[in-house]
Amino acid sequence: MTIAINPSQTGGPVFYVADEHPHPEGWSTSLGFWIYLMSDCLIFAILFATFGVLGGNYAAGPAPKDLFDLNLVAVNTSMLLLSSITYGFAMLTMQQNKVAQTQIWLAVTGLFGLAFIGIELTEFAHMIHEGATPQRSAFLSAFFTLVGTHGLHVSCGLIWLLTLMVQVQKFGLIEANRRRLMCLSMFWHFLDVVWIGVFTFVYLLGVLR
Amino acid sequence: MSPDLLKLIFGRLGFESLPLHEPIVVGTFAVVALGGAALLGGLTYFRLWGYLWREWFTTVDHKRIGIMYMILGIVMLLRGFADALMMRGQQMLAFGGSEGYLNAHHYDQVFTAHGVIMIFFVAMPLVTGLMNYVVPMQIGARDVSFPFLNNFSFWMTVGGAVLVMASLFIGEFARTGWLAYPPLSNIGYSPDVGVDYYIWALQVAGVGTTLSGINLICTIVKLRCPGMTMMKMPVFTWTSLCTNVLIVASFPVLTVVLALLSLDRYVGTNFFTNDFGGSPMMYVNLIWIWGHPEVYILVLPAFGIFSEVTSTFSGKRLFGYTSMVYATVVITILSYLVWLHHFFTMGSGASVNSFFGITTMIISIPTGAKMFNWLFTMYRGRIRYELPMMWTIAFMLTFVIGGMTGVLLAVPPADFVLHNSLFLIAHFHNVIIGGVVFGAFAGITYWFPKAFGFKLDPFWGKLSFWFWVTGFYLAFMPLYVLGLMGVTRRLRVFDDPSLQIWFVIAAIGAGLVLLGIMCMLMQFAVSFLKREQLKDVTGDPWDARTLEWATSSPPPDYNFAFTPVVHDNDAWWDMKRRGYQRPLTGFRPIHMPSSTGTGIILAGLATAMGFGLIWYIWWLAAVSFIAMLAVGIGHTFNYHRDFDIPAEDVIRAEDARTKLLAGAK
Repeated sequence: MTIAINPSQTGGPVFYVADEHPHPEGWSTSLGFWIYLMSDCLIFAILFATFGVLGGNYAAGPAPKDLFDLNLVAVNTSMLLLSSITYGFAMLTMQQNKVAQTQIWLAVTGLFGLAFIGIELTEFAHMIHEGATPQRSAFLSAFFTLVGTHGLHVSCGLIWLLTLMVQVQKFGLIEANRRRLMCLSMFWHFLDVVWIGVFTFVYLLGVLR
Repeated sequence: MSPDLLKLIFGRLGFESLPLHEPIVVGTFAVVALGGAALLGGLTYFRLWGYLWREWFTTVDHKRIGIMYMILGIVMLLRGFADALMMRGQQMLAFGGSEGYLNAHHYDQVFTAHGVIMIFFVAMPLVTGLMNYVVPMQIGARDVSFPFLNNFSFWMTVGGAVLVMASLFIGEFARTGWLAYPPLSNIGYSPDVGVDYYIWALQVAGVGTTLSGINLICTIVKLRCPGMTMMKMPVFTWTSLCTNVLIVASFPVLTVVLALLSLDRYVGTNFFTNDFGGSPMMYVNLIWIWGHPEVYILVLPAFGIFSEVTSTFSGKRLFGYTSMVYATVVITILSYLVWLHHFFTMGSGASVNSFFGITTMIISIPTGAKMFNWLFTMYRGRIRYELPMMWTIAFMLTFVIGGMTGVLLAVPPADFVLHNSLFLIAHFHNVIIGGVVFGAFAGITYWFPKAFGFKLDPFWGKLSFWFWVTGFYLAFMPLYVLGLMGVTRRLRVFDDPSLQIWFVIAAIGAGLVLLGIMCMLMQFAVSFLKREQLKDVTGDPWDARTLEWATSSPPPDYNFAFTPVVHDNDAWWDMKRRGYQRPLTGFRPIHMPSSTGTGIILAGLATAMGFGLIWYIWWLAAVSFIAMLAVGIGHTFNYHRDFDIPAEDVIRAEDARTKLLAGAK
């Protein structure tokens, strides 16, 4: 910000900005969104900690080895990772101001996200069908809650994605919409990072345990 | 209607949910209903609804939101204090075979509600309100970073308070103690709605608190005026920054732990159960990982208030500004490393207990440094014993006692004797009343003239002060004695008649505090009536030092016609000393955020959803949730959220102030 010196103050110290421009719209948004993400990260941290403490309490019920199908989880993980790449493409085309292409990449991202949720729900349904319900043991309570919370986040992300696609269609890639796409981008990649943690600590280590 | 249909529509809510068998509650309901009806009638009669909606409920102005937080805090203080009086009365009477006048079912709700209300709906709103009001002005900003979010946060806090109040007349509140430990709070032992009220009231309010934390951090980091580097920020802004960092870093933990408890209760998971691998101790750990930072969330802003007050009323720069800032930051970090001292007796082992005992004792070092800073600020100062300064001195004496009993409790072997005793109760009331409540009162008296344009009446204020301080000591010193004699907390009846005298003294103390509260209300009324005599035309009634005093009292919507430029820690003091001339020309239009009703609507829907979940009225919960999504998404389609205050309006407001200032000279 430039500080213009008020004529009446020449020589003395400057105590106010005479020629002022307001902060641009969204001046604090990226910081605010980062802090929000960190608070969300803490939610996952506590869920991970809970899983860490209770994850071995099978209560004579099924253990990870009996339940997890690593091939399916691998496919699921690739869905989410691919959706992150395509979201990245959407951001690149957004930078070039190409509305149609941005929309296409966003749609592809959404489809990958839907596939991820679909596979996850199938896995849950399968487990519940086999009697491995969230009520069965503390391990399963912690498992369903941690993985389910992540899934809920992805679902919220999908609703948000759809909303933004409508807004981009309606108003174009205006500054506000770019900012919103940028926030969703951070959110989406954040969920990716969390999933890496889930994949490693819950599934891979679970099967080893 | 068939019972199934009734259940579908009303969940487990029925006529038997109304506590008609409790004469005390029925009487309270009658009073509240009459008072409420009178209030609503009055508002309608004087046609104030439109004004309230336009100027207050939908406002995004941080000053008005701050004032609304303060009103919420003071109203809830009356409720929380009524609970305290009931407890003191019960414990004073229930001797020698007497059962007192509260049955166990009611008494257990009273002490739970007292704790929950005092922390979440009195202390938090008072602290958040002061931060909201003062921080943007201290950093020379026109509003917070996210004004709409600010309005939404406030109404979420109100939503939580509404749920707690509803539990008084519809159903019941938790009977678990204010942290609702499982397995007692699990569905097997608390099958009724009490714990569900607790959970959803805190979840709804918690969202508001977290968002308000994010908002104020961004405000402080991004919106400081030119020249205000981090080490030139007023100490209150510093403590607010640290408090909001603590909020963002701890409230998500509360959110999760309550969500897990809800899953146990609603879905039948096994996080905190006794069987199927659940661990109630996990809950105790998690809730205190939130709970200990929470007490620093409350007290840090109070430290900031005392710093501002001490330097203003001693007429001196704050002693040891840098050490004050570092002490605050160190306390912020250490507050995360002590949570286990709340349950040394759980049996974590000697090494774990030693670690947490030592970290706890270490916290007293930065706190002690602060105490000396205040003392040295006063040393050789020209101290003016106005009300804010009186509260500050009462704080310094009281808090030192509370701090030292805290260090006693931090020694694990001593804690094994004192755990959950009245000694503990005395200790935390000693620090929370002596620190947070006295701090809030110092802040209210200090900034009241800024907010309303007239000072508070000193006579009634001093009366209130002396009742509060003597009342506090009479009420809580006996509890230290009782605690040392082994009396545990939350007891309803007593066998040993020799204990009674101490409870009688404590009850007398509570009565004095009641007088203190009444004098305070009287003070507000008298000051309003005498507002012409008490008027502050200068905008700087205390000859103060920070930027909020550079503008008029009450400040215009835009706070500052021109954004200030800062050269010194005590920016306004520096401006006064170096001959600052208030600008009289060159005003421009000012860009400001517009009001919106979305915040109150969303919070109302969230409260309805909470109510539906509490009573198993699933359709209500589902409809409110979908409506929230719809309103929230709908709000994002509004791209025009601000407007310009025309230059003429700015000129008019500033000219009025020029005239006022000329009249003052």
